Amino acid sequence: MNTEHAANGPSHGNGQSPATAAHSQGHDDHHIHEDNRNFFQRYVFSSDHKVIGIQFLFSGLIFFVLGGLLAMAIRWQLAWPWSPVPILSQALWSDPALGYRMPPEFYNKLFTMHASIMIFFVIIPLLTGAFGNFLIPLMIGARDMAFPKLNMFSYWAMPFAFVAILYSFVVEGGSAEAGWTSYPILAIARWATPGSLNGQTWWLIALLFAGISSLMGSINYITTIIMLRAPGMTMFRMPMSVWALFITAILQAFALPVLTSALVMQLLDRTAGTNFFSPVGWTVGNAPPVVGGGQTLMWQHLFWFYSHPAVYIMILPAMGFVSDIISTFSRKPLFGYKPMVFAIAGIAGLGFIVWGHHMFQSGMNPALGATFMLSTMMIALPSAVKVFNWLGTMWGGRLQLTTPMLNAMAFVAMFIIGGLSGIFMAATPVDIHIHDTYFIVAHIHYVLFGGSTFGIFGAVYYWFPKMFGRMMNEPLGKIHFFLSFIFFNGTFFLMHIIGMHGHPRRIADPSIYPFLQGAGIVGMNKIMTYSAFGLGLAQIPFVFNFFYSLVFGPKAGPNPWRANTLEWAAPSPPPHYNFETIPTVYHPAYEYSVPGLPDDYLPQTQPRPAEAGPLDPVMA
Amino acid sequence: MRYWSLLFALAAIACVAAFLYSPFSPDWWLPNNPSNPHHVVSTFGREIDSLFLIILAITGITFIGTQVALVWVAFRYVDRVDPEGRPVRPATYFHGSQRLEVVWTIIPAAILVFIALYQMGTWAAIKFRSSAPKVQPLAEVTGRQFQWVMRYPGPDGRLNTPDDLHLVNDLHFVKNKMALIYLKSSDVLHSFFLPQMRIKQDAVPGLTIPVWFDSDTAGNYELACAELCGWGHYKMRGNVTVHESQAEFDEWMRKALEAQNVSQLAAASGPQGEMTSQ
Repeated sequence: MNTEHAANGPSHGNGQSPATAAHSQGHDDHHIHEDNRNFFQRYVFSSDHKVIGIQFLFSGLIFFVLGGLLAMAIRWQLAWPWSPVPILSQALWSDPALGYRMPPEFYNKLFTMHASIMIFFVIIPLLTGAFGNFLIPLMIGARDMAFPKLNMFSYWAMPFAFVAILYSFVVEGGSAEAGWTSYPILAIARWATPGSLNGQTWWLIALLFAGISSLMGSINYITTIIMLRAPGMTMFRMPMSVWALFITAILQAFALPVLTSALVMQLLDRTAGTNFFSPVGWTVGNAPPVVGGGQTLMWQHLFWFYSHPAVYIMILPAMGFVSDIISTFSRKPLFGYKPMVFAIAGIAGLGFIVWGHHMFQSGMNPALGATFMLSTMMIALPSAVKVFNWLGTMWGGRLQLTTPMLNAMAFVAMFIIGGLSGIFMAATPVDIHIHDTYFIVAHIHYVLFGGSTFGIFGAVYYWFPKMFGRMMNEPLGKIHFFLSFIFFNGTFFLMHIIGMHGHPRRIADPSIYPFLQGAGIVGMNKIMTYSAFGLGLAQIPFVFNFFYSLVFGPKAGPNPWRANTLEWAAPSPPPHYNFETIPTVYHPAYEYSVPGLPDDYLPQTQPRPAEAGPLDPVMA
Repeated sequence: MRYWSLLFALAAIACVAAFLYSPFSPDWWLPNNPSNPHHVVSTFGREIDSLFLIILAITGITFIGTQVALVWVAFRYVDRVDPEGRPVRPATYFHGSQRLEVVWTIIPAAILVFIALYQMGTWAAIKFRSSAPKVQPLAEVTGRQFQWVMRYPGPDGRLNTPDDLHLVNDLHFVKNKMALIYLKSSDVLHSFFLPQMRIKQDAVPGLTIPVWFDSDTAGNYELACAELCGWGHYKMRGNVTVHESQAEFDEWMRKALEAQNVSQLAAASGPQGEMTSQ
């Protein structure tokens, strides 16, 4: 019984941890709590990590729809500036003075809210909230998070953020329109633009709540991973998903306080008359001058000190998922597991000293820019190592091109583009030209859609059977993948070209500029818009597949993909408290196609046969 | 299942094709003077473009190499089963290669450090204040919602004197002469962007930032605002005129000053001071 007793305690080395740990937890299989009491405690105010993960999944996907619709409206305006937008024009701008035309400030609201929603309400909550919550305890062999109540609060901080961000659309002046970066002074001077009147305040409040949610989550993830690993689950036996989520949680825990304090400062500047970011005697839009004495650029430093690590928060978990998916469907051990772990750690470490590359043209001392160029170049290195290792994993494997695998391969293919385009903007002189153009927009979408979102798609298809106990439909999944891949590239690849041509981002009407009036630029803008609509429509099979499979999908066994990691040792869906008996882990997660075994996989719960020889100590 | 490799191949080919085609279309490639689309007008523009091309070549080779590998594995290593449902070929049991890891860490590291160091000179020449040309400033340019306010020093060559010339959205300078401006903002952030000269610098409230640039071809160019500055950001556009000679510039300046010094009242009124429009 001792191994089970120690289940939730710290596991030292090969897991023979003292039974004392059981006293502090008391979750051995003799007094597992009954599955929670009533409907509300079970599905709404639940402290079960699986339910919380699924709550994050649903709210993230709902906001994904909203963010996507905002993007469609952006594309409409760029392809056919000022022409009536279907539905929106009739609903909002039928006033004769507006003549069904989108007001320019509304365009600014669109891209501001598109980015804010996609980043803070979709990608981060889906990666860390949904999959982080669902996967971490299952993959390390724990019954729940270390702090289940804190976990519940971390989800229930989000509805405040949802309400604030949605309410901001209807306040006087409308939602925020200073960009998702919210640079002062535009963001703090109430009369600078309509969205800065009230909407910006609500934006700040929404982000504060989202930040509180992330912070509670990250503390929980770190503690859980350090303290609650199953016997035998040493750090270097953890799957890449857990490693990625662990390092992401550390990034969040260290970077978020900086953003939070910056948000509070901006909130005080807006509401309490402080002057953190406004220079002496400053005035905008004929408003009375402020006392001032602050520094405009300080916001950019504080914001990017969080938001650059946030870019990695938005990609590292996806990298972890993709590593697991690729290894599973290549039926082959992950190539260079330990180098992959160190690469993630390297990205995270370097991620803290590259924020200045967003500020090369900001008026920051250019000598400082030169140092940020070097650190930014170096962060491409661990990313490159990861790509090579993924390719090495597939090389010589038996590739099963299931929907999750195709999405994971698309992640690799598209992340290569997003990574390589980053080198252009890391080079400070080249960045002078492409900074704040569509080249940047292309880059971020290749990383966040081509990378993170395909990673999320892959993860949804891969772990759906575990979450809901049913398989998703493969042909529909492949249709969804095929259309998304085509239209994604159609939407975003040409942005590199128009960005190179100097097309500034965030402008409501490119036809103002003669150098953007050529047939090529205009035509490319239209192709991108058609592709964006295609990309939107391509999500319909996904939504249908998701809900249809939820009810009618064929029942999945505990391990439909024949994978090694611990979550597949639990039933699908896992019961309350996950494991009947806490599993014991014998080897790393990637022992596929071990020679001499009848099966091409070897779950972590089964010992490695002696005849397979010792594991490579450096790589595995 | 092998057909999926085609999808990845076609996407990669389309990406490469877009970059191979764009240099031949002035509309796709970097922005230049429309009358001579394959000539970069400014010194810094030529340097930046050559650095851009070097990075494009390096990343292009890397892109092709990795995509070929991806397409190849998707084609070659797809799982196939014999009629009894057994895999035709087992997957290799292999955890990695220390030698390969070292190779694909050292080589990219060397290339990346090379790229970074190779850029430093141009960056310093364009942005370091120590490299600013020792010339009379051409103008003080102030961004405000939503226009560029230009203040030229006038005949005395000194800013902030009564003979200054004030213009809006109208930047003039002489070809083959390094022009130096002082960039300011009077309200929110703006960014001074000369696409044809590859110059960009944010205008920051509370700071005065020197910016310098040149052009070897006279003509009309554009000035854009590249930093979101409010509802009218998209229309914050200025005209840039590069004059053939200093004499032409001086002549333009004389006329502009003359126009400025006509009082608004005199321009709008008849000889007796009555409003002509009424």
